[in-house]
Amino acid sequence: MNLTLRVWRQRNRETEGRFETYEMKDVSPDMSFLEMLDVLNINLIKKGEEPVAFDHDCREGICGSCGMMINGRAHGPGHRAATCELRMRRFEDGEVITVEPWRAASFPIIKDLVVDRSAFDRIMEAGGYVSAKTGGVPDGNAILIPKPIAEEAMDAASCIGCGACVAACPNSSAMLFVAAKVSQLALLPQGQPERKSRALRMVEQMDKEGFGNCSNNYACEAECPKQISVSHIARLNREFLKAKIL
Amino acid sequence: MNSLVSLYSSSIGKKIVMALTGLFLCLFLVEHLAGNLLLFANDNGHLYEEYSRILVSNPIIRAIEIVLFLSLAAHAVSGLVLWVQNRRARPQKYREFRLDENTELAARITMLGGSIVFLFLVIHLSSFFFPLRVTGTQMTAYELVREKFSNPWFSVFYVFALVILGYHLKHGFQSAFQTFGLVHKRYRRLLDVVAFFFWFVIPAGFASIPVYFYFFVRVSTSPLV
Repeated sequence: MNLTLRVWRQRNRETEGRFETYEMKDVSPDMSFLEMLDVLNINLIKKGEEPVAFDHDCREGICGSCGMMINGRAHGPGHRAATCELRMRRFEDGEVITVEPWRAASFPIIKDLVVDRSAFDRIMEAGGYVSAKTGGVPDGNAILIPKPIAEEAMDAASCIGCGACVAACPNSSAMLFVAAKVSQLALLPQGQPERKSRALRMVEQMDKEGFGNCSNNYACEAECPKQISVSHIARLNREFLKAKIL
Repeated sequence: MNSLVSLYSSSIGKKIVMALTGLFLCLFLVEHLAGNLLLFANDNGHLYEEYSRILVSNPIIRAIEIVLFLSLAAHAVSGLVLWVQNRRARPQKYREFRLDENTELAARITMLGGSIVFLFLVIHLSSFFFPLRVTGTQMTAYELVREKFSNPWFSVFYVFALVILGYHLKHGFQSAFQTFGLVHKRYRRLLDVVAFFFWFVIPAGFASIPVYFYFFVRVSTSPLV
């Protein structure tokens, strides 16, 4: 298939970016979107041009490195897939595809399609952990956790921190990310000692980073490659309120 | 006091204010509609006048009225602050952004709808509340309603604003429960039913008033009669 790509090119944080148009010939429908970009980059290098910078690592949807806005959708058309899992057969022959980086004040563009997501790291540092005792290995069944609770915690823990929730949100809100991180630990006994301070500190850091406010649009849930439910946002609201008022 | 200030300064705190004031305004709508349905009594407004008199003379109702105005102000101001912060969170817009594929229309037009509803309230209050309660008029409340809704443009604007209010509440009502963290699969259905009452039945009830007065009640002094 033949495609026209409109890709955001930006040299670094300081310079202004713009869209460049590239013609792609004979793209295999079985390629992943990232493989198609690899081919584009090989062509660019051959021509002596600067390749398009984009984040990627595992290329199997579990690391959360890749992520870009494709035709106005975080991780491209469809649901439940990161950009690396997106196949070119999703597109029509002759289609014009617009490729942009995540756009949010809290995710400054480093280069081309690569954004700085260290705001997420700072939110995690603020409270996304448990203080564990060191020492001997504890017995596997010493702490009993009901199956449905364990499942729900695991659903929240499947967040890969890709940032699609922020990218897809009309307000650039990071609530789904923070909610997943607060929720996974609030549900488990290991998370109890720091339960209140975690909710307070992570929300405080989220606000400090300049993310927008959640307006319950639920675009985040729709675009999350791990399908993390907005019910975790309800839990975060509850956790935050309880910590703040009680 | 300090903790209240810090709660409000947080993103979730402002949303809590939006939710609390929004739900309070919703409750007011129920009372307001229930009272206004007396306009349909077909007794030239006697029952309605009686109801207005009881409301105005009750000091508790007067106190609630003040809370109501404060709630409206808090809802509007917090909404505006959140909106400005949200715009700042994405200074550079996407060239293409298909929000429509992921969200409902009602959720996307909350701010626009809220602004239209606010404009509507300014017109509504200056048409009825101020003449009746502040500046004074020779007309009774019923006569004023009858006179205002004899104007087709005024009536059409009311119906339009109430459709917008419906959309505003379609998103806002369930949104408040999400903000409080009061959502559970088991009560989803129940919440949907209650929400339907607020976003559909209530605005439709209000919209029936201009429709009724325009089509079925004639101003006696009008040359048309």
